[in-house]
Amino acid sequence: MSDTAPFTIEQFYKYLTEGKLMAGKCTRCGKIHLPPRPLCDNCYSQQFEWLEISGQGKLLTYSVIHIAPQQFQALAPYAVGIVELENGLHLPGMIQGATEEQLKIGMELAIDFGTCSTAQPWPKWPRYCFKPA
Amino acid sequence: MNGKPLVSIVSAGLSKFGKNEGLYARELFADAVKEALDRCPRLDPKRDIKAMFVGHMGEAYEHQGHMGAAAADWAGLLNIPATRTEAACASSGAALRSGIYAVLSGLADVVLVGGVEKMTHRTTAEVTEYLAMASDYPFEQWHGITFPGLYALMAKAHMHRYGTTEAQLAAVAVKNHYHGTFNPKAHMQKEITVETVLASRVVASPLKLYDCSLITDGASCIILTKPELARRFTDQPVHIIGSGQASDTIGLYERQSLTSLLAARLAAKTAYDMAEAKPEDIDVAELHDCFTIAEIIAYEDLGFCPAGKGGALAESGETRLGERLPINTSGGLKAKGHPVGATGTAQAYEIYLQLTGQAERRQVKDAKVGLTHNVGGSGATAAVHIYRSNQQ
Repeated sequence: MSDTAPFTIEQFYKYLTEGKLMAGKCTRCGKIHLPPRPLCDNCYSQQFEWLEISGQGKLLTYSVIHIAPQQFQALAPYAVGIVELENGLHLPGMIQGATEEQLKIGMELAIDFGTCSTAQPWPKWPRYCFKPA
Repeated sequence: MNGKPLVSIVSAGLSKFGKNEGLYARELFADAVKEALDRCPRLDPKRDIKAMFVGHMGEAYEHQGHMGAAAADWAGLLNIPATRTEAACASSGAALRSGIYAVLSGLADVVLVGGVEKMTHRTTAEVTEYLAMASDYPFEQWHGITFPGLYALMAKAHMHRYGTTEAQLAAVAVKNHYHGTFNPKAHMQKEITVETVLASRVVASPLKLYDCSLITDGASCIILTKPELARRFTDQPVHIIGSGQASDTIGLYERQSLTSLLAARLAAKTAYDMAEAKPEDIDVAELHDCFTIAEIIAYEDLGFCPAGKGGALAESGETRLGERLPINTSGGLKAKGHPVGATGTAQAYEIYLQLTGQAERRQVKDAKVGLTHNVGGSGATAAVHIYRSNQQ
């Protein structure tokens, strides 16, 4: 891992393909950004370091999507949620491996880096998801 | 409500809302402009209107960007500066705010602000995809989170935190459909019951079909001028005495709260302070009920009830026509319809009718102070405006 890697969404997804959930930490004010961003919205610094975040967290809220855009129709109905990770960071994503009845706010989830391949020209991002821990 | 008028509304127009088959967005916009001109015979459009702002969310619907110029062209307002404003579902709330900037800057004494969207010719899957463009792409759209999905995430969090029920959400839909029966321009003019809502198909749990606003075609506009010029054009101006607009994180997941919209609270505070008004002063309001949960959260964000009590307020019936605080007398986005770019100034149109005594069968008796609350996306933009009738 190089600290010179740009603090971008593109780089965040590159790390995901390596099985790492990475946030950007501002070296001036200490604010942690997930996703990373190249300009600290707190102190306007552009000096960051990478910080690996645990993929374990708690479910804050969820929904089961029945009406989906074309691209996701084959998956519907599917669950999505927002997960609270360490340091109060939040990350949304799909939740797999649990029925709607099994989903509970506050339940423990863990990120799964198992990804679907992406055939489209842009973006070349993998898709993570969350599963019951 | 001692706030000084910022600008005055001298006229307003609205196309029929609904499935306007065969009509192009700019043609709908021309309909709205025609009504506004007919209501205001003392205004000469080519002489008086000096600038225009048009809210329009999506190029994808008609493969048409550059809606400022296109709408001005078809509305007979060629050659004036005409600019599209885009802030998702708050596009024309932002147009209104821009119009206020223009009038107060002194660069344009009379400004037409409005909005338009043509949506019903697209499939539900296409509209779902286009609407989602108002949300964060890399972390929301990319992971299959739809627009109803974002509001469903808020609804679930609100229910968990405050005990809000699906029946309370349904009460919002029932009320707004009831109001829609009094609005001949509403998309839906049919009453529904709580049972209809609860039995309708799930879109994104816990939100069902009848918790969602309608995919609608429509256009709206209002004409603004300096308060000191208003009497030149009409004997019955409506004054805007408070204007607030704010933004928040583009992604819902980064917000401080999942049960309240900070942008709406900030915009409301600015508008209330400017108007020197309190929530208790409001006689009638149009709130952004894109989903039933959104109206409940709006009650709380605007101070109509304490945080967590929005569901109970919806169920109490106090926000129905004829009761203490009629909300969404037009039918709201829920029954009048939600042509996204048109919604902000369509709300202002309804308040204009209410404060000039022209709301016919849905007139709120003695309405003197009104409010509009227009939200973009899942709350990354909000615009709140406060209006006062000319009678003191």
